[in-house]
Amino acid sequence: MQNHPVYTDNDPQTVPSTLNLGPTHPATHGVFQNVLQLDGERIISGVSTIGYIHRAFEKIAEHRPFYQITPLTDRLNYCSSPINNMGWHMTVEKLLGIETPKRVDYLRVIIMELARISDHIICNGVLGVDTGAFTGFLYMMEHRESIYEIYEEVCGSRLTTNIGRIGGFERNFNTIAFAKLRKFLKDFPVTLREFESLFNRNRIFVDRTKGVACVTPEDAINYSWSGPLLRAAGVDYDVRAMNPYSSYEDFDFEVPVGQDGDVYARFLVRNEEMWQSLRIIEQALVKLEKEPTDIFHADVPEFYLPPKEDVYNNMEALIYHFKIVMGEIDTPTSEVYHSVEGANGELGFYLVNDGGRAPYRLHFRRPSFINYQMYAPMSRGMLLSDAIINMSSLNVIAGELDA
Amino acid sequence: MGKITNEEVLAKLTAAIGDNFTVIGEPYGLLTLETCRDNITDILTFLKNDTVLQFIYLTDLTGIHYPETEKPIGVIYHLHSLVNNVRIRVKVFLADDDVHIPTATTIWNGANWMERETYDFFGVIFDGHPDLRRILNVDDMTAFPMRREFPLEDPNRVDKKDYFFGR
Repeated sequence: MQNHPVYTDNDPQTVPSTLNLGPTHPATHGVFQNVLQLDGERIISGVSTIGYIHRAFEKIAEHRPFYQITPLTDRLNYCSSPINNMGWHMTVEKLLGIETPKRVDYLRVIIMELARISDHIICNGVLGVDTGAFTGFLYMMEHRESIYEIYEEVCGSRLTTNIGRIGGFERNFNTIAFAKLRKFLKDFPVTLREFESLFNRNRIFVDRTKGVACVTPEDAINYSWSGPLLRAAGVDYDVRAMNPYSSYEDFDFEVPVGQDGDVYARFLVRNEEMWQSLRIIEQALVKLEKEPTDIFHADVPEFYLPPKEDVYNNMEALIYHFKIVMGEIDTPTSEVYHSVEGANGELGFYLVNDGGRAPYRLHFRRPSFINYQMYAPMSRGMLLSDAIINMSSLNVIAGELDA
Repeated sequence: MGKITNEEVLAKLTAAIGDNFTVIGEPYGLLTLETCRDNITDILTFLKNDTVLQFIYLTDLTGIHYPETEKPIGVIYHLHSLVNNVRIRVKVFLADDDVHIPTATTIWNGANWMERETYDFFGVIFDGHPDLRRILNVDDMTAFPMRREFPLEDPNRVDKKDYFFGR
């Protein structure tokens, strides 16, 4: 710990200064504000203000049929929207009792792991930027672009993907998508290794991050932390391993766990998770070879919108199209909680259904929202510069924070 | 799946708390209980501190509104026992004119913002909460927007009036 500067009584700096960190500050990487009381560079206290991009998704969701809620979930964690999309689809499938074919599960796993990599690329790259190293960020960002190109082949969009449908995907993966995926699997490990060699034992980086914002496992659980942050603190809770969904039980992967819960441990955990994601994708590609290549959705015509050309030429497709769009299909009156391992932690969907066209109540358990509440208490006594890199290692995404 | 069954959880809970709760069901395998607000702190504390159950992780805390029922406002807790990998859901329903419930921040620090969010959207007042303010909506808002009677669109907005469109 650095020495605390001593001021005399008539020194103007004994009066704490107020700093508005945000809402639009380059160091916050998103629209949220922290009002900090500073003694020199040391934070005395802080108050977090959030809600700047609150868009009332839970309220809107009460007025939308299930398939129209997918685009809302895009805008939660927009750095890894496919995980949100598929988490929502799987919630609905759980409610309706839809069993998806293995091939769909594996394709979903590929996309979700790509999304996890793209999210961790940003978080760790930006952590590098905030500690003064721009190079790693640029190297890694190139590969986020290749991930977005794969999304583009699969669903046509890049950031807010709206990927997949209830029951599977809207169309099959084409050969270009697989070619791009294989190219990514070949190129990315090289960059990731280079990135790690730039940072892992870099004296400046380690000095800036090691021992900063240490969190004990008890505190992490007490604050309901999840995801890489919880694992960096030493708790091996990963939804993929604990409550496998989308056939994650078929895959062989490790859950990296840190020790100190500091910024450095979070950085290492995220890097290792990218390696594990690559492993999972490789395995998924092998498993896909044994699956029939023409299956990309479950056979649930009551919930899966038929292809548009069939709607005009095929009576059954027209009927189902009408029924889905008009919300004429009965759904069970029940409640379901389903969670997936989002890039930031446990992304949960609590859906209360009354059999109507739209959910009666839908609540998103948003990991950023829950992880971020420890930020102000833990910043107390920290240097401002440490608080900044602590914030980037929390990887708070404003969309997920505010819903 | 979980190392202990829902029946074991229930048996332990009944032995400790008695019949101060009712079982609503097990939708999709998730044991769901209902209790009243006088017992909620006891139940949550027991679930957290019991050496076998160890529901140490507060996954989620949220609200729900069923208008025109006797107790329209609900508060829903999702707990997770990381050791046993079992989840449990506890519900408390409150009367419209008396939406007070003891805070869970005494048990989990993480409940702080979740309760603020529930207050913000449903108007549930968590007694003993250290800082019960609105969190996502503006401070001077008077309504609780996730209640069912609150319209999705502001009925007072003028930019969608017909005369703007020559109708």
